[in-house]
This record gives sequence, C-alpha cells and structure tokens, in this order.
Amino acid sequence: MNKAIMIVGVGGQGTLLASRILGSALLSQGYDVKVSEVHGMSQRGGSVVTYVKYGEKVYSPVVGEGEADLILAFEQLEAARWLSCLKPDGKVIVNTQKIDPMSVVIGDSVYPEGVLDAVRNAGAAVVELDALPLAVEAGSPKATNVVLIGAMAKNTDIPKEIWLDAVKSCVPAKFLDMNLKAFELGYNK
Amino acid sequence: MKKLLLGNEAVARGLYEGGCRVASSYPGTPSTEVTECISTYNEITSEWAPNEKVAMEVAFGAAVAGARSFCAMKHVGLNVAADPLFTSSYTGVNAGLVVVVADDPGMHSSQNEQDSRHYAQASKIMMLEPADSDECLKYSKMAFELSEKFDTPVLLRLTTRVSHSRSLAEISDRADNGLKAYEKNPQKYVMVPANAKVKHVAVEKRILNQIAYCEKEAVENGLNSVEYNDKKIGIITAGICYEYAKEALGDKASYLKLGCVYPLPEKLIKDFCNECETVYVLEELDDYIETHCRKIGVNVKGKAEFTLLGEYSQGLIRKVILGEEAKSLKADVEIPARPPVLCAGCPHRGLFYALKKLNVTVSGDIGCYTLGVSKPLGMMDTVLCMGGSVSGLHGRNLADPEHANKSVAVIGDSTFIHSGVTGLIDIAYNNSNSVTIILDNSITGMTGHQQNPTTGFNIKGEPAAAVSLEKLCEAVGINNVFVVDPYNLDESYSTIKNALELNAPAVVISRRPCALLKTVKHNPPLKVNKDKCKSCKMCMKIGCPAISMKDGKAEIDFTQCLGCNVCSQLCKFGAIE
Repeated sequence: MNKAIMIVGVGGQGTLLASRILGSALLSQGYDVKVSEVHGMSQRGGSVVTYVKYGEKVYSPVVGEGEADLILAFEQLEAARWLSCLKPDGKVIVNTQKIDPMSVVIGDSVYPEGVLDAVRNAGAAVVELDALPLAVEAGSPKATNVVLIGAMAKNTDIPKEIWLDAVKSCVPAKFLDMNLKAFELGYNK
Repeated sequence: MKKLLLGNEAVARGLYEGGCRVASSYPGTPSTEVTECISTYNEITSEWAPNEKVAMEVAFGAAVAGARSFCAMKHVGLNVAADPLFTSSYTGVNAGLVVVVADDPGMHSSQNEQDSRHYAQASKIMMLEPADSDECLKYSKMAFELSEKFDTPVLLRLTTRVSHSRSLAEISDRADNGLKAYEKNPQKYVMVPANAKVKHVAVEKRILNQIAYCEKEAVENGLNSVEYNDKKIGIITAGICYEYAKEALGDKASYLKLGCVYPLPEKLIKDFCNECETVYVLEELDDYIETHCRKIGVNVKGKAEFTLLGEYSQGLIRKVILGEEAKSLKADVEIPARPPVLCAGCPHRGLFYALKKLNVTVSGDIGCYTLGVSKPLGMMDTVLCMGGSVSGLHGRNLADPEHANKSVAVIGDSTFIHSGVTGLIDIAYNNSNSVTIILDNSITGMTGHQQNPTTGFNIKGEPAAAVSLEKLCEAVGINNVFVVDPYNLDESYSTIKNALELNAPAVVISRRPCALLKTVKHNPPLKVNKDKCKSCKMCMKIGCPAISMKDGKAEIDFTQCLGCNVCSQLCKFGAIE
C-alpha cells in the first residue's frame, strides 16, 4: 500500500530541503519514491506544499483530497489550509509557530483563534511541537525544518540511522553539525 | 543505475547522455533547472541567452554546424522563439536539435495557461511528452535520434508536475558522436521563397513518415504504448495525466499512452477505441488529442466531462469516471489566503513605496516585482508579457499625453535585456515623454537567481562582459538617465518626480542587488522600541513580511528582517532602531 506525506508551510521555511531529506530516507529503504516540489513564484512567502509518496510503485506525484497519511505542517494556519488532503484517520505533526499572511499584517483579515483545536475537532490526530526555539537552540532559526524532520522521523518505522544519513546527504557540510543537533532536538522532543 | 531526479534534471541528463554539445536558454519557470543542470556538465557548452528567440537561434546555428544542441523555455517563451521555430521546421537540422518547452497548467508561476501542443501542430514539428523523470531522460535522448532521423527539430513538452517532481530515472553513460560534418546547402538552409516552397513539400511528406513511425516503430520501442486491462473503460492520454489515470483507475481501465503528441497516430487510436467500450481522453488544458480523435471519426469523451482549466488529478478522474467522491476533513475556521509577497529586504519595496507616494499609473512587467501589485503597495496597473511594460507605457502616453507625467513603466534588469530595450528604442525614436524605471537587482530573480548579460557573470559564474544599463540607455537615445538606491526613499521619490517633470524620455535605474543573493551582506535585524512606538502603523504601509502588530505595537521578526532600513525611514517617532 502506498503512503503519502505532505510537507506544508510558508515559502522560505525550508520545506524543499525537508522533502529532500524525507525522499532520500525513503529511497534508501528500497521504496519507489516521488517527490513533487514548488518552485518559482510560490516560494516568495506564499503557502507552499511538497508531496512525498512512496510504496512499491508510485504513479501520481501529487496528493489530493483525503489522500495523505501524514501532514507535516511548518505553520499552524497551513495545517488547517491543507487539512482536506488528510485521510480521515491521518495524522498532523505541526509546528506551533504562527506566521501572519500579508492580509492579516495589513488588517484586511484576522489570524483565526484556535486553529489547532479546529484541526483536532475535524477528526485529525495532532502532534504539536514548538520547533523554532529548538532550532535557535541548535544554532539557527533556519534549522526549523530539520527539527521538524526529526519530530516526524520518530513517528515513522524507519531507523534513526537512516534518517541521519539522509540529513548528511542533503545539507551542506558546513551546516551539518547544526542540522544534526536540530534533528536530535526534534527527534527527542 | 537508478537515481531520484527532478524531471528537469532528468531531461538534462538525457540530453547529456544523448551527446548534447551546445545549450542556450532563457530561464523561465518551470523549465529553468534543465539548463542549470546542463551547465554542470563540462562536455556541454552552455549559456544563458538574452531571450528565447536568441537561444533558439543559437541552438539552431549549432545544430546546423553539426553539434547536437538544445534550448529550453517556458510556454510563453515559445511565443518569443516562435519565429525561428516555424522556419527551422522547413530547413530541418544537421545534428539533432531539441527544444524543451515547459507548460504550466494551473499557472503556478505564469501569466497564462497556453497549451504548447498547438505550436507543434502549427509549426509541424514533432513533439514528445514524458510522464515522469525516467521518461524525461529517455525521451530527451530519443529526441536527438528522431531529430536526425526525420531532419527536424524535436519539441519536448513538459508540464510543471513533470518538471518539478522527483522520481527514479535509469542513468547511463554519455555517447558523443562528435561534430557532424557541415555541408553548404542553400536549398536546405536559405529559406527564400523558391527554396521554402520545395521544403514545404518535404515537411508535409515528413509528417506522413512520422505518422507511420508513430503507428508502428513508436509502439515497438514503447514511445506510444497500449496496455489492455478491463476494456469497459479506455483511456487515451499523454504526460502527467497518464500517472493520474493509472493511480485513479489501475487495472479497471485500458490505456493508450501517447509519448509522441505530434503527430498523432490514426490507426493506433482507432484500433484502441474499437477494443474499448467507453473511451476517455485525459489531457490537461485544451482538447488537443480529443479534437484529433473526432477528426479521424472516433467517439471519445473528454472536455465535456472534464475541464479546460487548470490541472487534472487522480481525484478528479475518480470522481468523473468512477463517480467516487473523496472523503476529507475540514477545519472549521476562516483561513486567510497566503499569496506570495515581496521578500523582507527586497529592494523593490522601497521603489514601489516611492511610486505610491507619487500616485502614478504603473505599466508593469514579468518578474518578482510583479508582486508590487499586492496590497498594501498595490502599485501595478498592467502586466502583459516580457518587455511589455516599456512599449505599453509609450502606447498609454500616446493615448493620454496629459497624464504622461503621472505614468511610469517598471521592468527588471533581465527582462529589460530580454525585450524591454526594443520598447525603449521606440520611446527614444518617437520622442515619447515616458519614464522607464529599470529595477536592477543584479540577477534574474523570480526564476531562482540566474546570471544575465547585466550581471557580469556567465551561467557557470565565471566573469563575463556586462551590459552597462546607463550606457545602453544613452546609446539608444535617452538623454536623461538617473540612478537611485531604492533603500533610500527620499532619493527614489525625488528622482522619479524630477524625471516625470522633464517632459522628455527618461530612465531611472533603481539599483540594489536582490536581498537573497549570497554575496549580499545584511545589517543586523531592526527592533521596535515599544516605548517610542505610537502604533501609527506607518511602517505597515510597505507590506514587509517581517513587520506585524503585536499587542498594539509594531514588532519586527528577527528571523526575517535584513536591516534594510526602509521601514525606519517611515517612522516619524524614531521607534525602529
């Protein structure tokens, strides 16, 4: 049975790197893997989504309504935005960070209260994590993505060493120590 | 060996393995990574060209000279390259020539949703369409073979989901047959009417030969493939829609997958339709294959059941063909939209703020700065196409000369070189009282930081000749050229104001490198002194994603702020430090 994971967030949060780490880990487990990315216009602070699908044979690279086993959300509102893609028995791992969309910043709309309660009430299993302080602890707020990958890794049956190898193969050498620390902080949270 | 490759990387790998020697492209999402990846192969001479027409002509020249060559572009880029494309169909090639065109169904990063398959049909050039990275690699190689076999350029059509999805592709070694001999042959390469008339006959004959190939050889080598399962439902499809269909329908349907979408076979389609009870054509955008089916007299379902708009998906196919609705969850909250915005520290922000204060009409163009249309800046009135801002402004000022001192054009450095300079020549030549603002951020930004003729570096990052925008503008006849730093709001405002009051052709170059460039050094993040902040929200007027209101006071997100100091110039109370 194929599995589908979505990584959602705000352009600039590093969802692409996270999807590459995930893809790399799955590949080393012998799965057929497809990763669908967002490039271009959508990266400039907009809502972004990356799909990762794996199994014996994967056809479509994208995930539609009710098809995701897991959503890894880098931001609360994005977890709610993409919730319709989750299977009714799926799980959401969410970074509790809030990033205001421009319409909220300029007062045209409001950032809703109780977003994660709404996600939970809709029927999703929710795992919360405040990843930003952990990333800062690891050395940089930019490592938030790897903290979240660590948190997700713990929720899979892929051995930890495989994940560490995947992190090593995907991040630049000079940021490796920081990212490994970020991974551990997410994994052990 | 299999590797997880982005569709675009797989195309590059296929071209490399197929012996490509020369590559010339202009970046455009979702095609850009093909050429970026090509540039990492030392065996291939690769370049960024000023625009797609030039790129196509460079690749054509190289192919005629005997090198397997390629160029890549996004769908709208093919409009720019259409002139050489159509006639290269007549001349044919010497060594193989592959033209990669990436369509963007769903308009993830584009201004329209045009379907490039019409170009293949209109220019009578063979077009292949892969569905995943493995096919991207195989078809790219095959395209060189077919180009030489049929003496034609070959189009390789990608779509966003194919270009930007990673899947496994089988890689192998490069085969380079060296430079093919060039023989002078004006009857073939000089398209004066007398020669072109003869060549048109050859083109029509070539298409018949290609159709015969599509019926037989292409089936044998797997380019066009038939897969019979349950025959109640038959699916005729190509590209990414094949993947959607397989996922949605699996063995519940039979498939005719067309790897070659121009020309289309006749017998193959008829035979398939005869075997299946109900046949659907699954294709994004236009009813291109469906129309062909109707033309050859087979009855298919297609756009009446599906849509001409946006992307297809496995969910859509399940719903329409199987009547299955997806079960999904919904969070009971109002979710504000999150469109892309100008980045924190973006030099365009200050410039747009100056334009807002000047209350001008803005003729816009294609690039990151198109985001200047968004609130709270909202400083864009029109955007049409690459370079269209400059000539469009001239047209506006011809129609309404009274307001020429209240109208400007904005265009990026790369876009200006692409096709804005011709509009500027028009302005100078016709003595138009038009003010063009070149947003020079020293890079091609939106497509992900490619070098261009103004940056002083080539595709490999090596030093290169740099166009001087000041000298170029002067050389075409603009006597009023000013340079401003868009981080300096007063300077930007007053310089543009002066330019508008000249009643003469003028150019303002707004110069500041893209804040995301690795070479750009940033100031430390700014902070709001909460005691001094009077909650006036002036700093919110520039739409910086790093600034928000928290508990009634402005707050600056230290993870995003690059210390550009544009907001601090707006604060009358000196609260931003």
